[in-house]
Amino acid sequence: MTTVAVKPSATKPATMAQALNRAMRDAMAEDPTVHVMGEDVGALGGVFRITDGLAKEFGEDRCTDTPLAEAGILGAAVGMAMYGLRPVVEMQFDAFAYPAFEQLISHVAKMRNRTRGAMPLPITIRVPYGGGIGGVEHHCDSSEAYYVATPGLTVVTPATVEDAYGLLRASIASDDPVIFLEPKRLYWSKADWSPETPAAVPGIGEALVRRTGTSATLITYGPSLPVCLEAAEAAREEGWDLEVVDLRSLVPFDEETVVASVRRTGRAVVVHESGGFGGPGAEIAARVTERCFHHLEAPVLRVAGFDIPYPPPMLEKYHLPGVDRILDTVARLQWEN
Amino acid sequence: MTVQELPGAGASHRSTPPPAWRPRTDAAPLLPDPEPYRVLGTPAADRLDPELMRRCYAELVRGRRYNAQATALTRQGRLAVYPSTVGQEACEIAAAMVLEEQDWLFPSYRDTLAAVARGLDPVQALTLLRGDWHTGYDPREHRIAPLSTPLATQLPHAVGLAHAARLRGDDVVALAMVGDGGTSEGDFHEAMNFAAVWQAPVVFLVQNNGFAISVPLAKQTAAPTLAHKAVGYGMPGRLVDGNDVAAMHEVLSEAVRRARSGGGPTMIEAVTYRIEAHTNADDATRYRGDAEVEAWKAHDPVELLERELTARGLLDEAGIQAAKDAAEAMAAALRDGMNAEPVLDPMDLFGHVYAQQTGQLREQAAILRAELEAADQEEGDGS
Repeated sequence: MTTVAVKPSATKPATMAQALNRAMRDAMAEDPTVHVMGEDVGALGGVFRITDGLAKEFGEDRCTDTPLAEAGILGAAVGMAMYGLRPVVEMQFDAFAYPAFEQLISHVAKMRNRTRGAMPLPITIRVPYGGGIGGVEHHCDSSEAYYVATPGLTVVTPATVEDAYGLLRASIASDDPVIFLEPKRLYWSKADWSPETPAAVPGIGEALVRRTGTSATLITYGPSLPVCLEAAEAAREEGWDLEVVDLRSLVPFDEETVVASVRRTGRAVVVHESGGFGGPGAEIAARVTERCFHHLEAPVLRVAGFDIPYPPPMLEKYHLPGVDRILDTVARLQWEN
Repeated sequence: MTVQELPGAGASHRSTPPPAWRPRTDAAPLLPDPEPYRVLGTPAADRLDPELMRRCYAELVRGRRYNAQATALTRQGRLAVYPSTVGQEACEIAAAMVLEEQDWLFPSYRDTLAAVARGLDPVQALTLLRGDWHTGYDPREHRIAPLSTPLATQLPHAVGLAHAARLRGDDVVALAMVGDGGTSEGDFHEAMNFAAVWQAPVVFLVQNNGFAISVPLAKQTAAPTLAHKAVGYGMPGRLVDGNDVAAMHEVLSEAVRRARSGGGPTMIEAVTYRIEAHTNADDATRYRGDAEVEAWKAHDPVELLERELTARGLLDEAGIQAAKDAAEAMAAALRDGMNAEPVLDPMDLFGHVYAQQTGQLREQAAILRAELEAADQEEGDGS
């Protein structure tokens, strides 16, 4: 691994934003085929500063400010990947990625398949997603259901600083296109993390039990993980010892870790910001029910965002799953029986 | 209220002009010719390269025969569908001929003939339309991108590939083909804009064959010509007779040269006509008249070149017969290839979705494998 001098300010504790930045820097330093591209990723360093300094360090040919056109950005990335590069594309905000959906669904997700494996596309598509930052309309969508419904896409979302680095490195190294969902409200979350010797984290497709417990399993990912961990702490007062599983990767989905946890605890709640109807939680609840029916003490419940367009910033607190709503749902898990 | 009185109209109130920050292009002249550029039947034909034109002729004859054979195979049920390029062979052939081996072709679903003219086996070119797989060849081996069915979506790919090649210092040009309808798509705009901003070595070839399925050009665009669209992006736009293979070859060669030498992209509008229906599923009589079709038949790309070359003594009966014989041999090989039942492996359905199969796909593959084995068993019991 190439070592790159790090400014003292970038050492511990580090933010998720710094870890993401470091992941791209390390990947670019190690592999000259890695190219970062998108609107504002160059001189500005991205509107969230995730690509800060990359253009200066690697030149504008490696970290490129593109015209403002998401289909063009992703479409050009397809051609670059066809020629052997590894583009890392930034879609500035969740809802800004929608113009690129035809490229994503008709080409990015299918190129390996339609060429019988002859032309894989190693593209990483970084999408800052989710709410909780007071963003105005079109800046806070939880768009993961669209991605997970598209065969050929890998969909990952980190919830910790370590995972931000490790999963992004794994995504860039993947020979398949990866939708890398960045929970933007966790960008400034901190952890004792050393960019000099980043701890190895499990790869794409492995879920992790972030907190062990015996009463019930909270199944979650991305922006909802800290909320679930907080809820699990609060639940101790009620006498519940909650286990928390962080999926980390929605596709591939680590069914075994989830199923093993629910079989241990006998109860499960899926928690995510995305709407419940047709959301990832619906799929997870169905799978858990199929595999754990005889171990379940209660129906699998979901705490999701409401099935509404993302609300204006002054109302988002009523929409996002919070500790109270999670605890209220846990309370409905037929404890008295 | 006149324009002068509109708030903000005019700059006369300003004491100093605003700072000039806008980038200026020096890629003049950008405006296309007022009339399609022609060579055949004009004095410019005096300088034709006889050897090149004889090759063009042989390719045109082969292309015409390929179209006829593919249409026949559709009628026999061997192809699910075939979008014909009868009348457009000069565009397809010239596009393939101007590219060097290391260059890339980005065809649309209608451009199988261009892929064949580039050297792809016709059976591989028609795999998508037969229906046994989506792409019947390795794009890297032939440097032909998969045939694109969504309109204009392959254009940004061509830009990205050409850009990547230039970043790596490789001498590669990408030629991307699209129809008149495709110029209305957002991806057309985004690709043109990216190509011009990046000065990518790309050539955009728009085959204006008059109709997007049934919608005529007049309902597609209000632009004077499609070639005019290039101007707004800062690249040259050329208007050319798409049935004149000599003009097509010249204009495309010039654009490829410009791209190769770092001069950036060019957009070419080839004015041509789709003599046959959009596909066998289309009834062209519902949206166009016989007189129009007959007029275009009188401007046939194969006959235009044949007349020119025979009049100049560059092509004789033996040459014509040799071209026909080569075309027949290709048609026979295509028939043989298409009449052989494709070997299908249903398990292929799960083989190329991801580099590593997901657990869910492994489960589903097991279901299909069990169903196949049960069917085999049943077949075995019955015999």
